[in-house]
Amino acid sequence: MELTMIYYLVPSLIMFSCGVYGFITRKNMIAMLISLELMLNAVDINFVVFNRYLFPGEMEGMFFTLFAIAIAAAETALAIAIIINVFRAAKNINAAELTKMKH
Amino acid sequence: MESVGSIIMYLVIALSIIIFSVLTVTTRKILRSATFLLFTLFATAALYFKLDYEFLGAVQIAVYAGGIVVLFVFSILLTSHPGNNSERLVSKRRVLGLAAAVLTLAVTAYALLYRCGQALVELPEMSNPTMKEIGKALMGTGEYQYLLPFEAVSVLLLACIIGGVVVARKR
Amino acid sequence: MEATIPVLILAIPLFMFLFLGILGKFMSHKWAGILGTAGMGVTLCLAYFTAFTYFFSGNPDFIAADGQRLQNLVFNLDWLHLYGNLTIKLGFLLDPISAMMLVVITTISFMVHLYSNGYMRDHHGVWETGFQRFYAFLSLFSFSMLGLVVATNIFQMYIFWELVGASSYLLIGFYYTRPSAVSASKKAFIVTRFADLGFLIGILVLSYYTGFFDFTELTSAAVPGMENVYSVSEGTAQGIFNVFQTKAAAGFMGCSVMTWALVLIFIGGMGKSAMMPLHIWLPDAMEGPTPVSALIHAATMVVAGVYLVARLFPLFIVNEMHGGAALEIVTWVGAITALYAAIVACTQIDIKRVLAFSTISQIAFMMVSLGVCTIDEAGHHGLGYMASMFHLFTHAMFKALLFLGAGALIHAIGSNDYTAMHGLRKYMPVTHITFLIGCLAIAGIIPFSGFFSKDEILSSCLGNSTVVYIWMSLVAGLTAFYMFRLYYLIFWWKEHKVHEGHHAPHDQPWTMTLPLVILAAVSVVAGFIPFGNLVSWNGEPYDFMAHFDWSVATVSLIIAIAAIALATKMYMKENPLPAKMKNAMPALWRWAHHRFYWDELYYFITHKIIFNGICRPIAWFDRHIIDGTMDACATVTQKVSYAIRGLQSGNLQMYVWVYLFGAMLLGIITAIVLILV
Repeated sequence: MELTMIYYLVPSLIMFSCGVYGFITRKNMIAMLISLELMLNAVDINFVVFNRYLFPGEMEGMFFTLFAIAIAAAETALAIAIIINVFRAAKNINAAELTKMKH
Repeated sequence: MESVGSIIMYLVIALSIIIFSVLTVTTRKILRSATFLLFTLFATAALYFKLDYEFLGAVQIAVYAGGIVVLFVFSILLTSHPGNNSERLVSKRRVLGLAAAVLTLAVTAYALLYRCGQALVELPEMSNPTMKEIGKALMGTGEYQYLLPFEAVSVLLLACIIGGVVVARKR
Repeated sequence: MEATIPVLILAIPLFMFLFLGILGKFMSHKWAGILGTAGMGVTLCLAYFTAFTYFFSGNPDFIAADGQRLQNLVFNLDWLHLYGNLTIKLGFLLDPISAMMLVVITTISFMVHLYSNGYMRDHHGVWETGFQRFYAFLSLFSFSMLGLVVATNIFQMYIFWELVGASSYLLIGFYYTRPSAVSASKKAFIVTRFADLGFLIGILVLSYYTGFFDFTELTSAAVPGMENVYSVSEGTAQGIFNVFQTKAAAGFMGCSVMTWALVLIFIGGMGKSAMMPLHIWLPDAMEGPTPVSALIHAATMVVAGVYLVARLFPLFIVNEMHGGAALEIVTWVGAITALYAAIVACTQIDIKRVLAFSTISQIAFMMVSLGVCTIDEAGHHGLGYMASMFHLFTHAMFKALLFLGAGALIHAIGSNDYTAMHGLRKYMPVTHITFLIGCLAIAGIIPFSGFFSKDEILSSCLGNSTVVYIWMSLVAGLTAFYMFRLYYLIFWWKEHKVHEGHHAPHDQPWTMTLPLVILAAVSVVAGFIPFGNLVSWNGEPYDFMAHFDWSVATVSLIIAIAAIALATKMYMKENPLPAKMKNAMPALWRWAHHRFYWDELYYFITHKIIFNGICRPIAWFDRHIIDGTMDACATVTQKVSYAIRGLQSGNLQMYVWVYLFGAMLLGIITAIVLILV
């Protein structure tokens, strides 16, 4: 049996779908953020796999993933700072119930 | 023709990615969800190792598993009310989420399987990128070299540190 | 001539306008008045210097070797390049009439500036509110009027013409808290603006056919050989002459193109100069402060129409030579207006209104004089033109005098109505004497200035047509009659009753009496100015004593004296004769008193016909169709917005879901298309 590219892409795809599902169903903002991380990770896998299979001598996909990880870290840190702040103000981090800023 | 060990390894990695991903989004307790995310990320790192990107796998473990998940755990502990850390999902929302996920899966899988000939490319031979190559590529200014994005990311991280401090500090 | 002084003549009033208009708030009333007057005084000196240089320096730029006065472009700058050779210029034209007008405008304007220092405060010395604004507007008006008379081209003249109208509007509406003043200013602006439409069309027609805006080029066409005066090449003059020749016959509604152009331009002049039927704004304009009436509505702005016709007079002459009717129209509009205004003036009670109608009548005299002017033997080689300009000059002086005198009376009594005056001769001797001089001048008694100018006008009329001569002599008699009626009713009639607790009326402070005395002195001696040597239609010195007709002079003098005698008999002492006269001709008196119901006619046309017939349906259309369409759009948008605002729930997860679903739908569609293809 030969491990072609699709064998790696399918788990990544399932991971992405899980992220979508989680993002839509979860109410807790941290849980939404976790789902977001799943989606990002799935995309990272794709970059790496395409690089490995189609352009084996080069490193573009790898670097893309590298920078994506750095940016994801930054984004998460900031998002969590905001969430903590919101929690401090509203005692609640349910996305649907945070309507104070609307009005 | 792959070796049997390689195939077994693949199966373990792929199955753990799938199972832990699903568990991440289906479990009710948010702390568990974070733990399953950690396992997913480990599995991803293993996948990078298997594809011969050792540096990337190391970064994945260090930054994602070591940094981000710890952040998640801390924030969960900070924001959850004691005894009320499981959430109930609304069934309508679940249906919507499921529909979106399944649709995404179906469309993308169709595109991948029936419309993408390159999906069946076999694994070519490749030598591991050495640390020297990666370092040169990151610090150089020539073609396929990444000093500018590197610097941009460093500035972004700095802004993020300051922003995080400013946003989260007590007033 | 250096351009510095001419530029300063225009720049100083403009600067004073901006200076007083912007900084006036921060200075005291007294200083605003002093600065405004001083600025005008400097302009006066510069204008006198310019006029003196033009007339008497003997500079070959201004006067040819044979004594012919030349037109001189002191400067003429390109202002707007439109396209091709179509360029609008701004410049400074010096010729006999513009030099004369510089003198007239700056003199009267200076007198009015000085006079207003006294007039624009009450008996306790409290200044009127907006005193600085008043001076700023006076400066603006002086600037625009000076710019008008020195315009080098018809477009520049139009620009300043509108500026003059705007500043007149501002000054009539000076007491903007008074509804009557506001409506009077609007009326003046709208009526003159309506007339200016004709002017603009006339400009366009004229310059379309001739290809020129500049007066020098336009007027050079009058008579072959005139191009020297205007320093224009012979080819240009010949070209315009040819245009007139070829367009003289081409007809539109029975008149040639050039006749139409000139008549349209004359309509602009009719509006500004208050000729019938566009005269209705002038009596109402008396709502403005009296010094403004003296400056704008007696001496300077209202003669702009006469000045315009005089400026284009060579064109009218060419038109006449080719059988055009433009000058004839000028004559008859003038003649009818003169008679009408004189009759109405006999019955008015408000002294400023009497003076206003008298102004209309006198300006009509000038128009008639231009209209009857011909350059052949019968017309005394252009006597009418000279007489018109002469009358413009003398009339400006004595009418400003009369208005300022009326202002002094109004200021003393506190009412425009002369039934409140009577018998003031003992109380206000200076005003009495100067007013009498003004009345004698306008009535045409030798040796006051009005006698000479009016006599020349009548001689010129006789040279043209006996009918016009008799007509205008009648008007001259009426003039003498109504002016002396006014004089006697103010200063004689019966003893003045001083109410208990009131001061007796008295002469005004020196700032008000000094202008009266100066203007009275000018009115006495101005007739002896050898005007013909200075101003004539083609610049050649004109010896008017050679054309002086003693029989005409004697007849007009007899008519004037008879009219004065009649007025003396009727109004000197209180007697029932005027009431009897009134009862003898009730219909005529009533019609004249109501100014022949012109205002009512206009009211009927505008309110009843135009408003009801045209404006109401348009307003209905606007409100229901146009607004309705817009409202419908707004309502539909609002309804739709309400219906779909649920989509903007602020629910992030919903947005993601919709976005994903949309993206996937696009993917599916793409897949289907690919499969089918």
